[in-house]
Amino acid sequence: MIQDFGWGSLQFLFLGLLWTAGLAFITFIAGGILGMLFALGRTLGPACIRIPIKIYIELIQATPLLIVVFLAYYGLSFLGLYLPPLAAAAISMTVYATAFLADIWRGCIEAVPKGQWEAADSLGLSGSERLRYVILPQALRIAVGPTVGFMVQIVKNTSVTALIGFVELTRAGTLLNNMTFQPFHVFMSVAAMYFIVCYPLSWWSEKLKERRHANSAAN
Amino acid sequence: MAYEMNFAPVLARAPELIDGAIATIELSAKSICIGLIIGLGVALIRFNRVPILKNIAAFYVETFRNTPLLVQLFLLFFGLPFLGVRLTATESAIVAVSLNLGAYSAEIFRAGLDAIPKTQIEAGLALGLSRLQTMRYVVILPALKVIYPSLTGQLTLTLLGTSITSAISATELTLAGAKIESQTFRSLETYIVLAVMYIAITFTFRAVYTLVGKWLFRRKVPKASIVAATIMDEETSQ
Repeated sequence: MIQDFGWGSLQFLFLGLLWTAGLAFITFIAGGILGMLFALGRTLGPACIRIPIKIYIELIQATPLLIVVFLAYYGLSFLGLYLPPLAAAAISMTVYATAFLADIWRGCIEAVPKGQWEAADSLGLSGSERLRYVILPQALRIAVGPTVGFMVQIVKNTSVTALIGFVELTRAGTLLNNMTFQPFHVFMSVAAMYFIVCYPLSWWSEKLKERRHANSAAN
Repeated sequence: MAYEMNFAPVLARAPELIDGAIATIELSAKSICIGLIIGLGVALIRFNRVPILKNIAAFYVETFRNTPLLVQLFLLFFGLPFLGVRLTATESAIVAVSLNLGAYSAEIFRAGLDAIPKTQIEAGLALGLSRLQTMRYVVILPALKVIYPSLTGQLTLTLLGTSITSAISATELTLAGAKIESQTFRSLETYIVLAVMYIAITFTFRAVYTLVGKWLFRRKVPKASIVAATIMDEETSQ
């Protein structure tokens, strides 16, 4: 039965958008926790922690996200775990986001001037106190802009999970296209929905970066 | 139930995989050439604040950077025929990937142009350099050096992004893999082989960027940084 593209179609797409937002949220939380641990391990850990993390980051950053998604989807099911597309999508997106967030935050930690580390040392702070009170608060302020910027990439890249059949916004678009045969309307609406979510984030990220640059210029 | 890996059926199809890899490299190279030209043009329009054109350029950059490549592909491949423009899968792939890179590299080029202070150009001229020499040694090379990590990182993202074009069955490595996967039922093995091939291609491309950088800048070589490209921030990611 061929439907016409109308109000019901938009509601259907909106449901997909909610799944996109949900997956992006899971990815950001899980990838954020792991990414933070990896970033700390990569900057402060001993060589036996630093090197495996570096290899992990390098390999994931050199593999297409689509391949990571396929590996999670087929790989885990062959290992005897049957995972629904949502689980495979969340796992692969987390693997991807961890590698990037760890690298972004490593850069932010290293961007805290050397003098701050030395000052903390000479004040007699212990290693964890130095991190807690001196380095991380400053690294955090540097990190907000790039992190918000990376959230845009997470939201956009959840679209790749459509290809393993996870019904998020893009997959909802292809399904709707099969029902309506109006690809131009369908995918324009899909693109517009992504834009409505991503553009404010991009804009905010730019503002945060500008503000930081203005601050560092004033100091 | 333990699963036994068997790579033989996948490796038996090596010629198809190699053809796929070549197609991926070809698709990436074409898109990179077209994309960088678009990016440079758009950056110059925005830098020189050309009226009207600059608004179109801003609209282009923002729409392409804030929507997924996969949706852009679907729109080009499935949507355009309804407006009377029919492209093959591979043509759609080149157009979409180029336009995507164009939007990202335009922002990177603009950052490079902004990085060169006007006084530095005046200083170059005052030292008796010709306009051409000033452009080359004072503007283009130093600006390129500033953006080199982001730019080459973005090119790597472009290369990896071509795998998504398999969704509209453009000929490239992931599609070749998908075909083998569906005929051998060795899904896990196929995608492990694909991952290894992509990693090899990416590292080769990165080595080329380092060599080109060495030749261009001769002294200190900035490292390709995929993260600098992702977050568009040179300072925190070197």
